[in-house]
Amino acid sequence: MASKRKIATCSLAGCFGCHMSLLDIDERLLDLLELAEFDRSPINDIKEIKGMVDIGLVEGGLCNAETVRVLHHFRDHCRVLVSVGECALTGGIPSMRNHHSLKACLEESYIRGVGVENAHIPDDPELPLLLDKVYPLHEVVTVDYHVPGCPPSADALWHVLSALVAGRDPHLPPALLKYD
Amino acid sequence: MSPDPRKTFRLDGREIPFREGQSVFDAAMAAGVYIPHLCHNPDFEPHSSCRLCTVIVNGRPFASCTQPAVAGQDVKSDTPELNEMRRSLTEMLLVEGNHYCPACEKSGSCRLQATAYALGLQDTHFPQFFPHRDVDASHPDIILDRDRCILCGLCVRISRTVDRKNVFAMTGRGIATTIVVDSPSGLLADSRVSRDDESVKHCPVGALMMKGEAFKIPIGERPYDKALISEDSVAQFQAREAAAHG
Repeated sequence: MASKRKIATCSLAGCFGCHMSLLDIDERLLDLLELAEFDRSPINDIKEIKGMVDIGLVEGGLCNAETVRVLHHFRDHCRVLVSVGECALTGGIPSMRNHHSLKACLEESYIRGVGVENAHIPDDPELPLLLDKVYPLHEVVTVDYHVPGCPPSADALWHVLSALVAGRDPHLPPALLKYD
Repeated sequence: MSPDPRKTFRLDGREIPFREGQSVFDAAMAAGVYIPHLCHNPDFEPHSSCRLCTVIVNGRPFASCTQPAVAGQDVKSDTPELNEMRRSLTEMLLVEGNHYCPACEKSGSCRLQATAYALGLQDTHFPQFFPHRDVDASHPDIILDRDRCILCGLCVRISRTVDRKNVFAMTGRGIATTIVVDSPSGLLADSRVSRDDESVKHCPVGALMMKGEAFKIPIGERPYDKALISEDSVAQFQAREAAAHG
């Protein structure tokens, strides 16, 4: 039997909704696991990719230095990189902060926000540095395929994954193409 | 008046009948052939600004919504090159505004989104502009969200020719073009617009919307959840033709 395909997944500036949708493929997960195995993913809590994987699914856009590092790690270690969901494709809801300065966003959350006590902007050196704006993935690395949706439906994710695992080009049929 | 069967033009190899004075777009849609379009609403005068309906007529590109049908002309519409151009135009419209489909009340009824579906857009390709655009929520019934405006000019045209109020106009040039409102303050609340105006009912995107009507149709029941815009707009066009010309 041919060796199983390796899949890695991560969520950057996203809400894990796309991962919930991935779990929503339900019993088809068992079919998938016949053909593929998960490397780094929040599903199994493996923290870093070891070696190369065949398919990388990235949920969420880029909002801080850590998300950029993880995206580069995925690009370097995934033969095929897939943007999953509106945040990865366009910046999505987190990119609504792009219409305000970073300073204004931080002050609104940590200085003037409702119910704020001991008001100060968090400055622990362990916190990743925020980017000036939220960016979609394809503005920073080359992305091979895009799966729109908020989140993409389980059927859309299954369609793309089963095609990629079988070595086919994933092209969403009209019924599975949604941006919301 | 029915099309004269002796008068036809060739569209992607198919003979299309037309009435004298009909545009290539109107004749094609009446014959059941969808041509992607955004700034054109067949109930109003064409504008030919979005260029999505561009076709090749006898080897040269024209906007089909304003191009008169002429007997014997050779028209190409459903070609890989034209569809790629339509995809690029739609991608550019999506990145130069602020189109947050997941949070938009128009999602599922939006012609920009539905056209992108029909063209098979799985991503927007270009860098996002994230422009700053003003929202006008001053009016008790109507909201003007310029983030979603694609400058199709329908509200401008309809307010001028149907409502005869000239409430809307476009100002600025190029990427700085924006919709402005005719009122002393520049706000909708101080203008002559009312919720019964035609100009506020035909926005193809979520730029002009009625307050209090958002999310009334559940997801799954919205117009473009149930049909592709290509099928829906041809069906609507043919029903309109049948009512007008029998």
